[in-house]
Amino acid sequence: MIRLEKRPQPSKTWTVATPILAVVLTMIFGGIMFGLIGTSPVEAIRTIFWDPLFHPQFANFSRPQLLVKAGPLILIAIGLSIGFRAGIWNIGAEGQYIMGAIVGAAAGLALYPMESALILPLMIVAGALGGWAWAMIPGLLKVKFGTNEILVSLMLVYVAENILASVSSGVLRNPEGMGFPGSRNLAQWSSSQNLDLIPGTGMHLGVLSAFIAVILAYVLLTRHIQGFNIRLSGQAPRAAKFAGVAPARIILFCLGMAGALAGMAGLFEVTGPAGQVSIDFGSGYGFTAIIVAFLGRLHPVGILLAGLLMALTYIGGELAQLMLGVPGASIQLFQGMLLFFLLGVDVLTNYRVRFGAGEVA
Amino acid sequence: MPNDLLRLSGLTKAYPGVVANDDVSFDIREGEIHALLGENGAGKSTLVKMIYGLVTPDKGTMALHGAPYAPSEPSDARKAGVAMVFQHFSLFNALDVAENVALGMENPPPRRDLARRIRDVSETYGLPLDPARIVGTLSAGERQRVEIIRCLLQNPRLLIMDEPTSVLTPQEVEILFETLRKLKSEGTAILYISHKLEEIRTLCDHATVLRLGKKVATCTPSETTARAMAEMMIGASFAAPAPKTKTPGDVLLRVDSLTMPAPAAFGTPLRDISFELRAGEVLGVGGVAGNGQDELLQSLSGERPPPRGTIWVKGVDVSRDGPVARRAAGFLSAPEERLGHAAAPDMSLTENAVLTAGLREGLVRNGLINWRHADAFAQGVIDRFDVRTPGTHVAARALSGGNLQKFVIGREVAQNPDILVVNQPTWGVDAAAAAAIRQALLDLATEGTAILVISQDLDELMQIADRFGALNEGRLSELKPVGQLTMEEIGLMMGGAHDMEVAHVAD
Repeated sequence: MIRLEKRPQPSKTWTVATPILAVVLTMIFGGIMFGLIGTSPVEAIRTIFWDPLFHPQFANFSRPQLLVKAGPLILIAIGLSIGFRAGIWNIGAEGQYIMGAIVGAAAGLALYPMESALILPLMIVAGALGGWAWAMIPGLLKVKFGTNEILVSLMLVYVAENILASVSSGVLRNPEGMGFPGSRNLAQWSSSQNLDLIPGTGMHLGVLSAFIAVILAYVLLTRHIQGFNIRLSGQAPRAAKFAGVAPARIILFCLGMAGALAGMAGLFEVTGPAGQVSIDFGSGYGFTAIIVAFLGRLHPVGILLAGLLMALTYIGGELAQLMLGVPGASIQLFQGMLLFFLLGVDVLTNYRVRFGAGEVA
Repeated sequence: MPNDLLRLSGLTKAYPGVVANDDVSFDIREGEIHALLGENGAGKSTLVKMIYGLVTPDKGTMALHGAPYAPSEPSDARKAGVAMVFQHFSLFNALDVAENVALGMENPPPRRDLARRIRDVSETYGLPLDPARIVGTLSAGERQRVEIIRCLLQNPRLLIMDEPTSVLTPQEVEILFETLRKLKSEGTAILYISHKLEEIRTLCDHATVLRLGKKVATCTPSETTARAMAEMMIGASFAAPAPKTKTPGDVLLRVDSLTMPAPAAFGTPLRDISFELRAGEVLGVGGVAGNGQDELLQSLSGERPPPRGTIWVKGVDVSRDGPVARRAAGFLSAPEERLGHAAAPDMSLTENAVLTAGLREGLVRNGLINWRHADAFAQGVIDRFDVRTPGTHVAARALSGGNLQKFVIGREVAQNPDILVVNQPTWGVDAAAAAAIRQALLDLATEGTAILVISQDLDELMQIADRFGALNEGRLSELKPVGQLTMEEIGLMMGGAHDMEVAHVAD
C-alpha cells in the first residue's frame, strides 16, 4: 500500500526536483503518445527538446526564436505569479496583452509619421497603461462588489479579442493597406520598431524587460515588505489582516502589476515580432504564461527557466509538426501533460510517500 | 464489586520522532468515572484515539468485557458500545439538532422517531434540548449536549469525554456533572480527560496520570490534592505566579460604548461595551466561547475598525486606525487562533516575527526587510520565552501548540507594548508553558503595560487579573475586583446556565 505522510515543512529538495521530475514524466508519457500515433518517440522528443538548440540546419534560426518566444511568456508570467502568490487568480492576461498592444500601438500611430526617439518609450508606457486599465476592471469589481476575478478576467479576454478584431479592420487599419485588415507595420517605422538589441540574437527590448522583471520580482518577493504582504495574503489571509494588510490594496496592486506587464509584453510583440495590430495578433501567450508561472513554482528564477523551456516546446513542437508531420493537437496535448504532471508531482513537496502497510490514521 | 469493562495492556504507539504512548496499561471498571490526566503532548489524545478506533496501536492489546477488542475504525468502537465526545464539536451550524444527530448515525430512524428519542434522552439525563433548534443559534454548552445526546442514543457502555468543561459556565458544568453521575449510576463507565484538577477531584473515582507517553501514577482524586496531581503531571513542582502588588497608573485605553454588528451569520454583535484600562493593570474578561470574544479582539486589534469615538489610546481616538497604526501607538494584540491568524502556518518563525514586529522593532526600513535583524529578533523571542524549536527557519506549523503560543505571545511581549490585548493566551498549552506565559504577562504589567486578557479559563483569570468582567452575548458585565468574587457571582456575570430552571435530572 502506498501512503502519503505530511511533511513538517515543505521539502527544499523536492521544490527543485519536482519540475525536473515533471519534465521527465512528460517525456516518457509524451513519448508513449507519439509512439501510439505512429511516430518514433525518441525522434519526437529529440526534435522537440534537442533540435531547436543543436540541429546543424535549424538551430541558427530557432535559437533566437527561443528568446523571442520566451520573452513575453516570462514577462507575463512574472506578473501573474505575483498575483498567484497572493491568491489572486488573474487568468485574463491574454486580454491584458491584447489591450496593451492596441493602446500602445494606437498611441504611436496617432503620431505617425513623425520621427522621434521618444515615440517608442511613449508607446511602452501606453501599452503598460492599457494592460493595467484592462486588469483594473476585474480588480475594481472584486474590491467593490466581491466578484470572482477568475471569471471576470477570463471573460474580458473575449471582449479584448473582439475589440482587436474591430480596431484591426476599423480605426487602426492601415489607410495604405488597400483595404486589408491590420494596422501599419510598426516594425518598419523607425520610431516604433523594436529591433534586436544585438542583431540576430532575438534579444529585443521585451526580452531585456523580461530579464529585468525577473530581478525586480525577486527583490520584491524576498526583500520588500510589499512582497512579504503579498505572500502573507496568499498563505494566511486572516494573518494578513491581523498584520494590517489591506486586502483591497493587494488585489489592485497584483492585478495592476500583472496587467501592466502583460500590456508591455503585447506592445513589445506588436512593435517587433508581430509588427502590426491584426485580427490574429492574440497568440495565446497570456494563457501559456499561466503554465509557465506554475512550472516555475511561482518563483522568478523558476519562471525564467520555465519560460525558456516552454518556448523550447513551442519551437520544438513546430519543428516536429514540420519534420515529422505530427498533428498540432498532439503538441498541445504534450504541453498539457507538462502542466498535469507538474501539478501532480507537486504533492511530493508537502508529502512524503511511504510504501508498505500503514496504520489507519 | 464492579467488573472490569475495558482493560488496556501494554499499549504502545510511536510516530516518527516521538513515542506517543509507551506501554500503557490500566483498567476501567463498569460504572466508574476514570480521569485521564496529563499535560498537552503527554499522549492522552493518542490513547483515546486507540480506544475509539481512530488509531491502531503498534503493540499491546485491549479487552472489552474480557473479550479481545481491536477496533479498526470508530464504527467498530461504536458497535462495541464505546462512544466519544470530542473537545471540538463536529456540528453543522446551518442544520438543526435532529439533523446533526442523524448525520452521526449509521442508520438514522425517521425524523419524527428521532426527535422523540432525542427528547426522551434529554429529559432522562437532564440535558434540555429542542430537536428543531438550528445549531448555529445554540450556546457552546447546548452544542455539547447535542454531541452527548448523539452518543447516548447508542447506549454506550463506555463514554469518552475530551475536556468537556472547557467551554462551559460553572452552572453548566454542574448540569453536566449531574448527567455524568446519573450515567455512572446506570453502570456506564466514563473516561474523562481534563487538566482541571479541582473538577477531577469532585467528579472522578480514579485517575491515571500520563507523562511523556508513559503511565506515571494512579491515584484516587478525592484523596489527593490538586497540587499533588499537578506535580505528578509535570513531574516537578512548578512556580505559582508571583503575587500582585501594584497601584494602577494612568488610563491608557478607554473603550466607549463600543457597538458593532456581527461579522457573519453566526458571529456575535458587540453591544455597548465600555471600560477603562490603566497602566500596570490586568483586566480579565471571561465568558463562554462565542459570546463576542473574537469580535472584541478584532475591534481592538484594528482588523475590524469600529465606529469613530469608541476606542481611545492615551486620549487619542484610534477607532478607525488599522492594525499597523495601532501598533505604532503601542497598542498590540494576540488573537486566540495561533495557526492562520496569529501566525502564518507555512512561514518561518523569522517571517512570522516580521508579521507584527516589522515596524516597532525596525525590521523594515524604506520598505525593505532586514532579514538579519528579523532573525535576531525571532531568536531573541525564542531564547527569552524558551520556545522549543530547531531554529528560526522552521515553519510555524511545525511547532507544537504550546511552543507556538509562547512564540506568538512572546513576539508581542518583546515589543514592550503600552497596551496588550490577548485572547486565550494559554488555550491548549501545557501547565509549564501556561505558567511561563502568565508570568510573562504579569512581568509586563509590573513594568507598566496595561493588559487585557480574554480567556475562558476562569482559574487563569482569577490568578492573574486585578479586575474581572464577563462577556455575555456581546455585552460586557460590570467589572469587579477579583479578590471579592465568588464562583456563584462569576457564573451569573457570565449569563448563568442556559435553561437552568428546566435542568432537573429525572429520578
